Amino acid sequence: MGDIKFMKGNEALAEAAIRAGMQGYFGYPITPQSEVVEYLALQEPKHDFVLVQAESEVASINMVYGAAGAGARTMTTTSSPGFSLMQEGMSYIACAELPCVVVNVVRGGPGLGTIQPGQGDYFQAVKGGGHGDYRLIVLAPNSVQEMADHTMLAFDLADQYRNPVLILSDGAIGQIMEKVELPDPVTTKIEKPWASTGKTPDRPRNVITSLYIKPEDMEQKNIELQAKYRKIEASEVRFEEYLLDDAEVVIMAYGVTSRICKKVVDLGREKGVKMGLLRPITLWPFPVERVAQLAAQERVRMFVTAEMNAGQMVEDVRLAANGRKPVYSTGRMGGILPTPEEILDFSLQHMK
Amino acid sequence: MKTGYEKIYERPDTLLSTRMHYCPGCMHAIVHKLIAELIDEMKLQEKTVGVCPVGCSVFAYDYIDIDWQEAAHGRAAALATAIKRMLPDRLVFSYQGDGDLAAIGTAETIHACNRGEQFTFIFINNAIYGMTGGQMAPTTLEGMKTTTSPYGRLAKTAGMPLKMCELVSQFDGVAFAQRVSCNNPANVRRTKKAIQRAFEIQQQGLGTTFVEVVSNCPSNWKCTPEVSLQKVKEEMLPYFPLGVYKEPRS
Amino acid sequence: MLKEMIFSGFGGQGVLSMGKLLAYAAMKEGKEVSWMPSYGPEMRGGTANCMVNISDRQISSPIVTEYDVVVVLNQPSLDKFESRVKKGGTLIWESTTIKNGPTRDDIHVVPLPAIDKATNELKNVKVMNMLVLGALVKLEPVVNRESLITALKDTLPKRYHNLIPLNEEAIEMGMSLVKDN
Ligand SMILES: Cc1ncc(C[n+]2csc(CCOP(=O)(O)OP(=O)(O)O)c2C)c(N)n1
Ligand code: SF4
Ligand SMILES: [Mg+2]
Repeated sequence: MGDIKFMKGNEALAEAAIRAGMQGYFGYPITPQSEVVEYLALQEPKHDFVLVQAESEVASINMVYGAAGAGARTMTTTSSPGFSLMQEGMSYIACAELPCVVVNVVRGGPGLGTIQPGQGDYFQAVKGGGHGDYRLIVLAPNSVQEMADHTMLAFDLADQYRNPVLILSDGAIGQIMEKVELPDPVTTKIEKPWASTGKTPDRPRNVITSLYIKPEDMEQKNIELQAKYRKIEASEVRFEEYLLDDAEVVIMAYGVTSRICKKVVDLGREKGVKMGLLRPITLWPFPVERVAQLAAQERVRMFVTAEMNAGQMVEDVRLAANGRKPVYSTGRMGGILPTPEEILDFSLQHMK
Repeated sequence: MKTGYEKIYERPDTLLSTRMHYCPGCMHAIVHKLIAELIDEMKLQEKTVGVCPVGCSVFAYDYIDIDWQEAAHGRAAALATAIKRMLPDRLVFSYQGDGDLAAIGTAETIHACNRGEQFTFIFINNAIYGMTGGQMAPTTLEGMKTTTSPYGRLAKTAGMPLKMCELVSQFDGVAFAQRVSCNNPANVRRTKKAIQRAFEIQQQGLGTTFVEVVSNCPSNWKCTPEVSLQKVKEEMLPYFPLGVYKEPRS
Repeated sequence: MLKEMIFSGFGGQGVLSMGKLLAYAAMKEGKEVSWMPSYGPEMRGGTANCMVNISDRQISSPIVTEYDVVVVLNQPSLDKFESRVKKGGTLIWESTTIKNGPTRDDIHVVPLPAIDKATNELKNVKVMNMLVLGALVKLEPVVNRESLITALKDTLPKRYHNLIPLNEEAIEMGMSLVKDN
């Protein structure tokens, strides 16, 4: 067994970032994610990463741009209002194909909203968020363990695809303390010959840019980006299944809500209803095929999505189910977690 | 009814009786009271629009009985600019902390001052991010420990604390800039006078008015209110000297 | 087994740390645990709380609205959480400072003069939270006494290890003050 600790989600994420070989962290305080920068500030003297408390999230994300462009493993973390401010930078980073990790510990919105946990930023995360056609790889941890594991994974995926990776967490997973087995530190360094590190005679100059002023060039760039996104869709879909083999009702949820839904499945089965859970771990790419397969199975009667928003992921489930089975959406808004009983009652009502 | 007592003080009418969420000894509460008194005395309730920041004073609209707008973090000066331009005969002020005014909102602050926007900044400088639990602010003193500078602020990487009064007084657009504090009764009176002057100069249309209150945060400075006042005097004021930094040309 | 608990009191009374210690001890016993603090300006003005769940299986929801065990150390906490004890659940309340005690009769109500005992008998009010924890594990044996002591050793910084005997004494005293459930 590795290094077992009792930690907050935000701390586990910060520790994992250090172990992933993060070289630059840039961030601005915001509840409920400030523990990340606070933890890193405490650890800084023991490691050789750079930490800057930026003057805003606009600055943070552009510092990430600069650091990533300089070839460093880099990360910023924030919560909903801060992530909104980062959208311009996200779009530039996606177009310039810079690997980096961005973390949104979501709280309830819109607007200044509440600092309690939320999931209202799903659309913003998986449909782009900034301007133009781009995608982020989006991971949705549902435990402190996954806060650590997904951070390691996020740095690797970012480098592998030269694409920003977003960890879409929530205030509950960020604040909660649980057992975590910390991953071993990464020792290998990835070559980044494209980075702007100083032109040497053996290579043409490296320019990090998102400017393609001629429409033909811009279109070509888009074609390349889309080809990369298809590749990611083909290889990086991740999900977890719970009791789906004979399920008639498929519950779908991610993040903290998915844990509540595991209980829903148990409670449902106690009542004799065959329920199962499909939990997307990557929100983009979305497990479209798995949903489609389930929708095509005769025994599956319906899908129920549970989210802490007005129903966002439900749209992706409906697209994937493509009219073959009904898809119902439930949940709570405003920073309130739905109870297992609420979700179960909702599901039973729709079975009638 | 005769009680044998003479009433010498009462809560200003525009200060609502809602229980404030501020920590004991926090100067936010004193400054709120001063603003409410001035609004009463200058009969400004119907004419005033305030802009709340994101920071501990985010709920100022629960305490002072005037119209308010709540801004996104750092954007109060932009809202105030537009409110004043739309309603030029109203009194407009923004009420902002150091993180709000001098970190995330620096651009809005500087440009509003440079354009000489005719509203009043009330700037509560407590050298810390109070609301979010004690992180380093742009005005955190050198060597001061915060949750994001656990070994003390290093000038080498974080720079020196920003002196906003000195900075904004450089702009032609700024008509009045004064730094005050509320660390003792005499200074509380001076703070009230400074805000009153700022309001008057705003009404005369002379330019941007800026009042910086050197404040405290016992909770995140991790000390008692009493010790926090001592720290204001011994640590804050030597670096942030009180005084008038800009006056309208007469 | 799943126990959903909340600890609530003034900041400084050690509610967060007692919850953390209990969760840590349970984790060391091989149980699944979660600890979730209240956070943000809600805590300003004094009241802090943490939810602790201990289970044999993965904890589904770290945030719940009804509890098997509620521990309250001040009046606002009692006023807020009395109604949230599950029927048949346990409510431990600090009876030295809370003036208006609980009124429900469908739950197990346990008054505990923890502040008085800690101040006057242990001569250190800071270990009041350990005393409460002792009472709690006697009433609800979610972890055993030894695990709590080991947890203290693991989590207290070395320079405070001289305080462990006092903490132990407080736990013992808490256990002796209540009868089994
Ligand atoms: C875009 C955005 N980033 C971060 C935050 C989190 N936040 C809320 S208040 C605050 C700083 C408060 O400090 P200050 O302005 O000094 O006010 P004080 O609480 O000290 O009075 C921060 C960073 C936010 N609400 N929105
Ligand atoms: S945290 Fe600091 S600034 Fe905020 S109310 Fe408390 S003392 Fe005042
Ligand atoms: Mg401040």
